[in-house]
Order: sequence, then C-alpha cells, then structure tokens
Amino acid sequence: MLRLINLELQKLLLNRASKVLIFISFILPFTVLVLSSIKINFFGFFTLELGELGIFNFPIIWHITTFFAAQFKFFFAIVVVSMIGNEYSNKTIKQNLIDGLSKKEFILSKFYTIVFFSLLATILIGVATFLIGMYYSSYTEATIVFREIEFLLAYFIKLVGFFSLCLFLGMLVKRSAFALAFLFVLFIVEWIILGLITWQANFNIAEKIQNFFPLKSMHKLIDQPFQRIMMTKFPEKTEIAYDYAVHWYEIVIVLGWTALFVFLSYRLLKKRDL
Amino acid sequence: MESILTINNLTKKFGYLTAVKDLSFTINKGNVYGILGPNGSGKSTTLGVVLNVVNKTQGDFHWFDGNTSTHDALKKVGAIIERPNFYPYMTAYQNLKLVCKIKGVDYSKIQEKLEIVGLDDRKDHKFRTYSLGMKQRLAIASALLNDPEILILDEPTNGLDPQGIHQIRQIIKDIASNGTTILLASHLLDEVEKVCSHVVVLRKGKKLYSGRVDEMISSHGFFELKSENQEELIKFLEGNSSFKSIKTEDNLITAFLNEPMDSSTFNRLLFDKGIVLSHLVQRKESLEEQFLQLTDNN
Repeated sequence: MLRLINLELQKLLLNRASKVLIFISFILPFTVLVLSSIKINFFGFFTLELGELGIFNFPIIWHITTFFAAQFKFFFAIVVVSMIGNEYSNKTIKQNLIDGLSKKEFILSKFYTIVFFSLLATILIGVATFLIGMYYSSYTEATIVFREIEFLLAYFIKLVGFFSLCLFLGMLVKRSAFALAFLFVLFIVEWIILGLITWQANFNIAEKIQNFFPLKSMHKLIDQPFQRIMMTKFPEKTEIAYDYAVHWYEIVIVLGWTALFVFLSYRLLKKRDL
Repeated sequence: MESILTINNLTKKFGYLTAVKDLSFTINKGNVYGILGPNGSGKSTTLGVVLNVVNKTQGDFHWFDGNTSTHDALKKVGAIIERPNFYPYMTAYQNLKLVCKIKGVDYSKIQEKLEIVGLDDRKDHKFRTYSLGMKQRLAIASALLNDPEILILDEPTNGLDPQGIHQIRQIIKDIASNGTTILLASHLLDEVEKVCSHVVVLRKGKKLYSGRVDEMISSHGFFELKSENQEELIKFLEGNSSFKSIKTEDNLITAFLNEPMDSSTFNRLLFDKGIVLSHLVQRKESLEEQFLQLTDNN
C-alpha cells in the first residue's frame, strides 16, 4: 500500500500544476479559517470579530469549520480528474501496466492517494478547529469539546466519496475537462429528477429519494449550519429547528457510493483495451 | 528448450474486425525473434494481449512455465510499445525511478542502464525536451531496468533518422549478444534480417510462417552468371534439371536452383563443358523477396 501511495505521490508532486492545486486546496480553507478567527478592524469605524457571534463555540465550531472547508474540495477534485486525464493523454497508463503494475494496483494507487489526502485534510482541519475553539470557545470542558466530533468523520467520508466520484468520471471520459463537465451535468440531473418526482408525487418523497443520489447524499452528510446559528440566537423560534446531525445511514449511503465508484472504475479499466 | 512465452489459438476481435486470428507460436529462451507483417497485420495487438493491456477474445497464452501470473511475469519482462510513453514533466532519471518503483528494482540500476543507451549526460533534463531518438533510447533503458529475461520491442526504429536507427540497432545487437531473448515487431525487413534468427510472419491477423529466418521459404537460392559464351551457357542451363528457371537481364543471367548445389561444383562442371565464366555469384533470396513471395501467395 505504501508503495502505491509513494508511486502516485511522485507523479503528483513533480507536476507543477497539481502541486499548486494541492497546495491551494490545503492552504486556502486553512487561511480562510484563520483569517475569520482574527479580529478585523475596519479603519477604526468598527471591529468585526466573528468569534463574538458564538460560531467558534464548541461544539458548533466542528459543524461550521467542516462545512466551510468542504466547499474547497473542488480544487483537489481538479487534481483527481487530471491525474487520470494525464495518464491517458500521456499514454503512461499503458506503460505503467506494461511495466508490471496490475490494473487493480493502478486503481488502488489512485484510491489510496485520495484517502491519504482526505485524511491529511481532515487532520489539518481537526487540529485548526481544536486550537481556534480552545481560544474562543466559552466552554472548554472535554465532554463539550469533543461532542459532535463526528462532523470530522463526516468530513472525511464526504471527501473520499466526492473524490471517488471524480476518479470514476475521470476513468469514464479520460479527459479532465470533460470529467468536470460531467460532474456539473450530474449535479443538474439530480435536481431535474428531484423536480420530476415533485411534479409526479410531492416534494417530501422527492427529497427523500434525492438523499440517496451521489452528490446530494454527500452534501447531506454535513447540513448547512446557517439555520443552526439562527437557532442558537433565537432558541424560542421552534419552526426553524431542523435535523443537522450526522446520521449513520447517511455515512452508509456515501460509503456505498464510494465502493461502487471504485469498483466501477476498476471494471471499466479491466474491460478496456488500451 | 526453455520456453518463455507460449501463445495458443489466440483471437482478438475489435467489433467486426478480427485483428488476430487463431494465432499460435512459442518463444524460446536465447533467440532473437522478429514478428513481421505489413501495417495493420496484428503485430501490436498480439503484443498488447500478452502484455496485459488488450483483452483477448479467445484462446490463451502463458509466460514462462505457465505457473506465473501475467502480472508477476511482466516484472521479468521489458517492453516498449509504439511510441515511448513517459511523464513529460519529469526528468529521465525521475521517470526511471518511477519504473523502478513499479518493478521493485533498486535505484542503482538507473545509472547503469542510462550509460548503456548513452543518455547519462542528459539524465537531469525533462523528458519533454528530448528528441525522438533520445526518447526511444530512454524507453530501451527503462525496459532494461529489471534485467529482463525477454525484451519486447515494437517498431523501435519507427520515425528515427539514420543515425538514430543505427544507434538503436547497435544497442539491440549488444543486448542480444548478452543472451537476452528479444522479440522485435517490425515492418522493416532488413531490420529483422539483420537482427533476428527466428521470425513469425503475420498477415491480416493470421500466421503465415514461424521458424528460422533462413528456412522461411523452401528455396535453394540462385546463381548470377556472366560469360562471353552466353548462348552456350543458356543452352547448358536449360538442359540441366538442377535449374527450374532462367532469367536474362542485359547480359546477366540469373539461374534458380531446384536442388542444392555449391558454386565450386557448378563452376567445375561448366569449365569441363568449355564454358568460362566472367562472373559467378551464389545468393539466396533476401528476406524482402521471401516475404513478398510469402505474403503474395497466401
């Protein structure tokens, strides 16, 4: 396994474009996080300090940081599709197989790399969140600090799932740009199906079905936190209460998709003549 | 003899097109094999199948004694197919390092193999700055990294200039003289003739011949003759049952043999008849002539 990750890391890190993108995908969410946590003084008129809003309190901070950090996953998604696209355009996939890498090892080296970077991103966000939280949070008892730490797990699963989808699309269309376009098409298709079911039945059923779709199920892992922030501000308004927790079945659905995407990528490569 | 690759009744179809049809042959250790055939005759497809990048439709093949999986066997094989494929943004050294990681070979081999192909001084330059000849030589270095038991080369001199072709051939000959088995696919006949001891001839995916190069067609060769006494010479040749046909071009007579005969016997025979030759050459058909005969007749 280490050999396969090592192989892929050499391919990625010696390529300037992917090196820059990897750097961005790690540094950008981190910078945003740090910037938002410092006190910004607008020329003496007023100071903006997000920490004052209570969003850096444990346990809600886990929810907020993972939600926002997940928005930056698109940069690494470009790396994932281009690491497949490049192998096809340079025909190095063929050479790799001739040199003695099996088709299974080829897919696994990509998948392990995805897991490796997702894990790295999760650890970084976890540590940053913990430190910022310890600094700002009004509560620092261990039971409160580590409550809802499952958002970190959800973040990890979400990244792995999303990048596996990118891996599959990359294998399917062989060109990075088309794979990204496909991702966008999939996004639209999911909403069209939602619309169609709503039209035929009703919105509740439609949304329940949509929760099983790949992109929506990944999105659903970490629900938007805005409503929750409102809830903490106005606890008496019960009509805005919603279910934001990370549920086991949400994780299972995404893991199911991940397994399917990796398996399909392998099947695709196995059946294909290079 | 120890067999390295055995192919049995291999068939590959691309949709309606049959690229390889019921092909069988065996590669034995220590020989230099050529796969000959016009463009599109299934050479590259056959190599693709045994190298695990093209899926077979029917038949089977096995490497070595048949107990090694293709995946493991490929680690003991060195192969380059068509164009050299490397990562353009890596240097030669980095590219070879990657191959070492795949094959599980020690990095110390890199320097050694770069010296063999004469790329030592350019090893830290990016692959995309290389000329085609250098790319091809790097590909050979990469294929040699694991000291393979068999080296498979598909059109290694395609698109190269004369110097490049000469360099590559010299490298191949050096490797062959070390006892490495080589399988060379080419449509360049003189290339195969110069390098190979055995040959497999394909046309439209079917095997026309497989065996030693010099036994490709049952021919005993021919004499090229000149004499001042031309008419008598022709008369003698026509009357002799050892010759099947006689061709006269300007004043050069070509006489094709029906049965083996060496030139000194022939010369003495003529001298006894009072015919003095001014020119006598005994030759066999070149591979090109044999190949054209073979592909036309079938």
